[in-house]
Amino acid sequence: MAREIETVCITTGPAEVGDYVTLNIGPIHPAMHGTLRVITKTDGETIISAEPEIGYLHRGVEKLGENLTYKQFLPLTDRLNYCSAICNNVAYELAVEKALGIEVPEKAQLIRTIMMELARIADHEVLVGILGVDLGALTPFFYLIIQREEIYEIFEWHHGARLTNSMGTIGGVEADLPDRFHQKWPKMRDTIRKANDETDRLLTHNRIWMDRTIGVNAFCADDALNWGFTGPMLRACGVKRDLRKDEPYLMYDQFDFEVPTGKHGDVFDRYMIRMLEMEESIKIIDQAYAMYQKLPEDAPLMKKVPKIIKPPEGQIYHAIESPNGELGFFIKSDGTDKPYRIKIRPPCYMVYQAFGELVQGEMISDLIACLSSINVIAGELDR
Amino acid sequence: MVDWQIDLIKVIFIWVWALLIAVVMTWVERRASAMMQDRLGPNRAGPFGLLQPLADGIKLFTKEDIIPEKARKILFVLGPPLFALPAFSAYAVVPFGDKIVLGGKEIILQVSDVNIGFLYVLALGAIGVYGMVIGGWASNSKYSILGGLRATAQLISYEVPMGLALLTIVLLYGTFSLREMVLLQQGTFLGFLPNWGIFKQPLGFIIFLVAAYAEANRVPFDLPECESELVTGYHTEYGSMRLGLYLFGEYVNLGTLAAITVCLFFGGWSLPYVDMSKFLGPVSYGIASFMVFFLKQAFFLFLFVWVRWTVPRFRYDQLMGLGWKALIPLGLVNLFVTALLVQLTI
Repeated sequence: MAREIETVCITTGPAEVGDYVTLNIGPIHPAMHGTLRVITKTDGETIISAEPEIGYLHRGVEKLGENLTYKQFLPLTDRLNYCSAICNNVAYELAVEKALGIEVPEKAQLIRTIMMELARIADHEVLVGILGVDLGALTPFFYLIIQREEIYEIFEWHHGARLTNSMGTIGGVEADLPDRFHQKWPKMRDTIRKANDETDRLLTHNRIWMDRTIGVNAFCADDALNWGFTGPMLRACGVKRDLRKDEPYLMYDQFDFEVPTGKHGDVFDRYMIRMLEMEESIKIIDQAYAMYQKLPEDAPLMKKVPKIIKPPEGQIYHAIESPNGELGFFIKSDGTDKPYRIKIRPPCYMVYQAFGELVQGEMISDLIACLSSINVIAGELDR
Repeated sequence: MVDWQIDLIKVIFIWVWALLIAVVMTWVERRASAMMQDRLGPNRAGPFGLLQPLADGIKLFTKEDIIPEKARKILFVLGPPLFALPAFSAYAVVPFGDKIVLGGKEIILQVSDVNIGFLYVLALGAIGVYGMVIGGWASNSKYSILGGLRATAQLISYEVPMGLALLTIVLLYGTFSLREMVLLQQGTFLGFLPNWGIFKQPLGFIIFLVAAYAEANRVPFDLPECESELVTGYHTEYGSMRLGLYLFGEYVNLGTLAAITVCLFFGGWSLPYVDMSKFLGPVSYGIASFMVFFLKQAFFLFLFVWVRWTVPRFRYDQLMGLGWKALIPLGLVNLFVTALLVQLTI
């Protein structure tokens, strides 16, 4: 698609002093996903400056972690990015396993991969749907959310929970893929593709959709890197960085998949990248599933780990490519059964601090589009 | 029956009809959107959920009526009726059928055949805007004011292309009366096409339809409400039946616009190629013409719903751009060409 948008690096100065209206958007507002708040200074519909305020969903997850054992902390990670809780679980498990210096059996790795990629599809489906809702197109949301429910069905069969999964444990996963998965997946792959295709036909080449998204808060790669963007937000700016490729964990180095990148870093590119990533995730699941089927039935699911986990003294950081970007867990251990400090690096925190710069000079409608497209999850942002 | 009795019956009939369409439309909107979105929609109250609008009405009536403390009370109260009433009044000039003969008396199926016809409709549409603007202003909330401002700019700019599209129709038919226009659309032209406005004025029809969507304040032009940005805009602060009047007025408005579209561009109550009055009795002809009109209107009402659940919404500047940079020049060109053609052919 030939598109000509100039992506200019914006240098923000102090907002001009003038007769502006302060419009307080959120924390109670239909488009503020979760409890976000943006204090905007507007000149008519144009935003002169926008100042995001965070902390309305702060629960002190990191502090809580200091008083819980390593295994007890796992369910709290669900409550970070609740759209793809499995990715948080696995990221935390991998961090602790790295601290312990163990590697889980191959079968567990494959099950984790399959579940994580399913969670990625679910997350992207919610995002694309919500972006549509915020731009006034409600229908694609339902097509996508039905598919998400199907994915949740698989989660439920596997580990009993739909939203806050708490999947697996330190040292592996607790259960094999459910029997019903084997019948369900081939069918589901097609329905997911069909729903994505329908969404694509309703939105992508829709003139109104293109007007609303192309060139809207375009962001250049340098700025994005300086702000610490990761994941789809960074890839939309044209930087090809994906931890699954660049710093492979689990068995991602053995899968064949593409990393879609955009060019302009605008809302349209972010949307397209997520649409394309869903297709790549399906490919990864197919490959992982093929590898899984080659394994013997009684292959181990768990590595033997001590009942009370006491990682050796030291500090460790491990990051994975969550649907939103780089999700990292920093753990400092003092050799006891509780971590000395847990620090979480949520991907959307880095994006949200640039929010003022992203929307400056745009209109109120674009602010809403921008907020949806960067996928800020309050649970992950405030922790 | 004397004349005033007949008039009274017609007024009551058209009032009930307008009301009924609006009520059923709220149901259609929800069920049709559910159909399009793999959902069921409201299906519990009554058969197929048909009583759902009634339940909604009862709910709205029994809710507490809240007027914000810092609102301008008189204007706040004035807003909703000012929005809903003009929509009802516009029905007065809609010819909803040809004529019916009862007891040897010929009754024209139209409340009043005003000679300025749709100018009256346009004027009432313009008054309805005040309902939104006043409601947005009086609420004393920033979101409402933004919604009200958007309504002012949007509806006033889209009245211009609408007016231009209608002017071509006036040039074509040489009359303002809606009834006469419908009568002029009988028969065929060029031998095979029905003599309808849409075939004579395709561009005018498109301009009119787009402007009608903007006037009706529907997706993709629902910027004054704009749920995701302005939290339903001008009626954010309204509750209870005042909110109900706004929502209801919107559907009455849809009914009016659909009826006007049918009258101007789709031959009103007449069927193409068939003259119903030749083989139907005087009474059944009246009823049949009403049914034809109703079906055509129902199609356009459904089109409103269909479009709403298909496309995203414009941004404010894009909306103004479409109005001023695309529709108005197109309308002017269309007007000029039509004037030229009419001048040459007469």
